Amino acid sequence: MTRHASEADYLASLVPPSVRGVSRRTLLRGAVGAGTLFAAPALLAACGGDSGSSGGGKATGTVTLGSNQSDAVPKAAVQAVVDAFQKANSGLTVKVNTIDHNTFQENINNYLQGSPDDVFTWFSGYRMRFFASKSLAGDVSDVWKNLQGMSDALKKASTGDDGKQYFVPSTYYPWAVFYRKSVFAKYGYQAPKTLDELKSLGAQMKKDGLVPIAFGDKDGWPAMGTFDQLNLRINGYDFHVSLMAGKEPWNSDKVKKVFDTWAGLLDLHQPDSLGRTWQEAAQALQQKKAGTYILGSFVAQQFKAGAEQEDLDFFNFPEIDSNIGADAIDAPIDGYMMSKRPKNQAGAAKLLGYLGSADAQNLAVKADPSVIATSDKADQSAYTPLQKKSVEFVKQAKSIAQFLDRDTRPDFASTVMIPAIQSFIKNPKDVDGLVNTIEKQKQSIFAS
Amino acid sequence: MARRPKYKGIDHLSPVDRVVVGLMIAIPTLLVLWLVWLPAIASVLLSFTNWDGIGPISGAKVIGLKNYSDVVNIYPPFWPAVQHNLIWLAALFLVATPFGLFLAVLLDRELRGSRVFQTAIYLPVVLSLALIGFIWQLIYSRDQGLINQVTGSTIDWYGDQRYNLWAALLAASWRHVGYIMLLYLAGLKGVDPSLREAARVDGASERTTFFRVVFPVMAPINMIVIVVTVIEALRAFDLVWVINKGRNGLELISTLVTSNIVGEASRIGFGSAMATIMLIVSSVFVALYLRVMMKEQR
Repeated sequence: MTRHASEADYLASLVPPSVRGVSRRTLLRGAVGAGTLFAAPALLAACGGDSGSSGGGKATGTVTLGSNQSDAVPKAAVQAVVDAFQKANSGLTVKVNTIDHNTFQENINNYLQGSPDDVFTWFSGYRMRFFASKSLAGDVSDVWKNLQGMSDALKKASTGDDGKQYFVPSTYYPWAVFYRKSVFAKYGYQAPKTLDELKSLGAQMKKDGLVPIAFGDKDGWPAMGTFDQLNLRINGYDFHVSLMAGKEPWNSDKVKKVFDTWAGLLDLHQPDSLGRTWQEAAQALQQKKAGTYILGSFVAQQFKAGAEQEDLDFFNFPEIDSNIGADAIDAPIDGYMMSKRPKNQAGAAKLLGYLGSADAQNLAVKADPSVIATSDKADQSAYTPLQKKSVEFVKQAKSIAQFLDRDTRPDFASTVMIPAIQSFIKNPKDVDGLVNTIEKQKQSIFAS
Repeated sequence: MARRPKYKGIDHLSPVDRVVVGLMIAIPTLLVLWLVWLPAIASVLLSFTNWDGIGPISGAKVIGLKNYSDVVNIYPPFWPAVQHNLIWLAALFLVATPFGLFLAVLLDRELRGSRVFQTAIYLPVVLSLALIGFIWQLIYSRDQGLINQVTGSTIDWYGDQRYNLWAALLAASWRHVGYIMLLYLAGLKGVDPSLREAARVDGASERTTFFRVVFPVMAPINMIVIVVTVIEALRAFDLVWVINKGRNGLELISTLVTSNIVGEASRIGFGSAMATIMLIVSSVFVALYLRVMMKEQR
């Protein structure tokens, strides 16, 4: 087994390899522990993938990199960066261990408590801070000392509750309303500035035989993006933050208004969304069957590079309340973290330093032009029009949120919000009942 | 060939043999304790805590029955899951199992090509439910599936919650029927032919012979089939997990346990409470089964 079967085994793994040795007692402890309930999740985690590696505490050797970038385009981006790193550091090899995106995310707790790779992909937000506070992530403050071109906002987004940095940002991408320029030009559509304009645009698209808003929520999280957009427009950024932190009641009129507004837009959404993945919904936009799609800019991954991607454009989700405005957006930051006790600490730090550099990010955004670099020093001249627009868009935003499931507790997001939003999509009429059940579960979860 | 002395009880075994016998009893017992009882008891104990799966278990707080009251009162997917498990049980019990019996009776008549049918019907049993979910995906898929291609409908069989439970049940039954067919076929082969002859001599019709003579003789098989059906219904998991992780109309208790415990949610205590509820329900059936079996042996 590549992952630890038990807590005892896990604790044993914390001893440096040089001291540890393999004694019969360690094996025995592992074996006894495996009999307890730890066995079940650990066994499942063991299916996750191979993480074996060698290497001591030298600046050379092998560094393992656990990557959740399993889709073809971002996977190639990671590989391009790793290749360049190896070229520049002849003594170091990087072993990339790619795990299916959703599987990686769902097994993260077991992964981090087992024998995680030295460096692993993760996001900024609540869960990054959570892992840091649970001592599951390594302090990368030293790496940050040498990082250049990272704004203070990014540093704040990489800092744990104890004031140290635990995260190295790599790329990010804004959420907005995406459309094809050619479709808008063909029918003479204008990007809507207000909710009413969005509604009348939707009605016109229906007349023209288009699905106004492509929509797929089989995996449960894409619809959270729509919720975020509406919530940021109706109640603003500060409310979003407190709501996600569990400080605001979910059954308040403010949240009800979000769901009610959404209910008014649902018949513009593509039907049967609960059986459709975001990729399939994106293809509806790509095939010009749908007029718009509310998603992150990674939607571009479903478009062919070149002319097709250049045809892709976006507008900010329209204003709903003029007192709130439309200057808050979702722009989740992806990046890297270091495990608590990497097998090759020096190598891991070196790799992280490189990943945070403009050089590495230039390669990453070139290989995956649906995202933009976090470093100010990154070369923007090679950006596609979409990337250039994303940079502008993020710059003009007054406040940047991460994303519903990155800004709140994972247990709340996955066991409460996914079923809740799916049941709302099935039955948008009972908003009162819905928000009350969310609030009751929230109280129970946030109290524990 | 060496001649072996006649076995005269444990006292006559050599010390080595005694050790071997001892080990043969001890090792399986330990394995059962370790792999079955310890995790089961640990689950029950964990269900009274709020452990989040991170750090030592000593960090968990005991919170009494709160998990149970939360599951029953404020967790919206729970009651639909119970309902779906019951529907699953009823469908397997009332449709799939009788159909399997029916096929077994037909095949038992040695029709031409019965071997081929036997193999064809049994084939799905060899496949894992996860694979079956995928095979049926090819049939059900909204945009590329066989059904919609042929009929021209746009029903989203796996995605629309009005249909997906039934679509999944059809796929599960496809497999279950083969299993039951094989069990009954074995049972039917074991029925003494003289019983049928005697019934025929007494002037009983085909139907009466089956229901009054053959079926009652197969009582042990019936018991096994009932237990198999109940267990299949309770542990239904892989198929719906492959379809959509047990969300959106396909909630089952087993998928809720998994999504709470295994996923990044890591609500170990909460998930364990549902696992314990499942354990209690299954124990009722197991107890009934054991009672019947014990009675028979006496």
